[in-house]
Amino acid sequence: MDLTPIFLTLKLSAMTTLLLLVVGLPLAWWLSRGRSLFKMVLEAIITMPLVLPPSVLGFYLLLAFSPQHGIGKWLQDVFNVQFVFSFKGLVLASIIYSMPFMIGPIKSALQQLPVSLSQASYSLGKTRWQTFIKVLLPNIKPPLFTAIVLTFAHTLGEFGVVLMIGGNIPGVTRVASIAVYDSVEQMDYHTANIYSLILFAITFVLVIGVFVFNKYRLKSPLE
Amino acid sequence: MISIDIEKKLKAYKGQQVLRVRQQFPTGSITKIYGPSGAGKTTLLKTIAGFNNPEKGKIVVNSITWFDADAKINLPPQKRMCGFVFQDYALFPNMNVLQHLEYATQDRLWINRLMVIGKLEPFADHKPEYLSGGQQQRLAILRALATKPKILLMDEPFSALDPEIKSTLIAELREIFEELKTTVLIVTHNPQELDGITDRELKIK
Repeated sequence: MDLTPIFLTLKLSAMTTLLLLVVGLPLAWWLSRGRSLFKMVLEAIITMPLVLPPSVLGFYLLLAFSPQHGIGKWLQDVFNVQFVFSFKGLVLASIIYSMPFMIGPIKSALQQLPVSLSQASYSLGKTRWQTFIKVLLPNIKPPLFTAIVLTFAHTLGEFGVVLMIGGNIPGVTRVASIAVYDSVEQMDYHTANIYSLILFAITFVLVIGVFVFNKYRLKSPLE
Repeated sequence: MISIDIEKKLKAYKGQQVLRVRQQFPTGSITKIYGPSGAGKTTLLKTIAGFNNPEKGKIVVNSITWFDADAKINLPPQKRMCGFVFQDYALFPNMNVLQHLEYATQDRLWINRLMVIGKLEPFADHKPEYLSGGQQQRLAILRALATKPKILLMDEPFSALDPEIKSTLIAELREIFEELKTTVLIVTHNPQELDGITDRELKIK
């Protein structure tokens, strides 16, 4: 039994979640403050993967990063980096695909905090960054945790985008969801069943974890 | 000395309402501000603190221009550093009583003194949700004083306090105001409760 697809999936999910956290936190914070046409358009673009067929997103990413032309050619010529049919490409596609799951909960949690919290911090002479780290972030822990877990779980379940940009290269881009499809294609139901069960178990535990964490938070006594 | 001459549009369901204030507040004075709901009392405090901007006018504090619409001068709240007691207290849910004060200042002696004045020593490790309304309000006042502000803006600061605690707290606060030479503006919907504390008043219509 080859468990490489499972490990590859976990590696992809972990990297995607970590990178999205780094990119998503400041972006969600910026989006949560004030409104402008530019912010609205950007938010719509970030939300698109929720409604777009993954194959469409994958198709455009494939076109964009194809080493024959455009950005893909430039990346190949200048940095010698190729995103198509590589693990790097999977990470990039996953970041775009899972972005709404990270940004959405964090942004709305930040917007729900009373504006007076930030104002109180500013009046104490604290900068925006100090306020974000010491006041805002600690008060959105449950939604932040939910965003992290949902992003991780959503990346575990990717199929269309990953297949379009990464293909099905064993050990490189063949993640668990693709391995399931591949096994079924080859009538190997036993292997498909094992991959599916492992994926099901991991995601179930994650989702249960979110429920337990949020419930525990609500009932916690003096922390 | 705070010198204010501003015009600010207020949000209203019907028609346009404009807050016009032209007033001077001498250093160390304690002013009560009252007037009907929606007249712009809270807006005035927030404008002085730098949380919102008037459309016209000037705010000058101790000969430093904090705001000037024509000259496009607008000092951020961090530089104005007004002590501010919010009507909704705006306490930080993640911090306990002591952490609130430690976030604002590193002066241990001052923190200890504030804790005594607010009678909050037994609750030093309590987070806001485990404090009564009155305790929360006292913490909001202490936090605003923690930076030893030259200007203190208080929005209904005594509304949740019982009369006994209120009168001892007010006596202690007066001492502190004198010591720090703080200029204080107190918004209230019940002007009588501040009789004898304030030396000036401003009615907003």
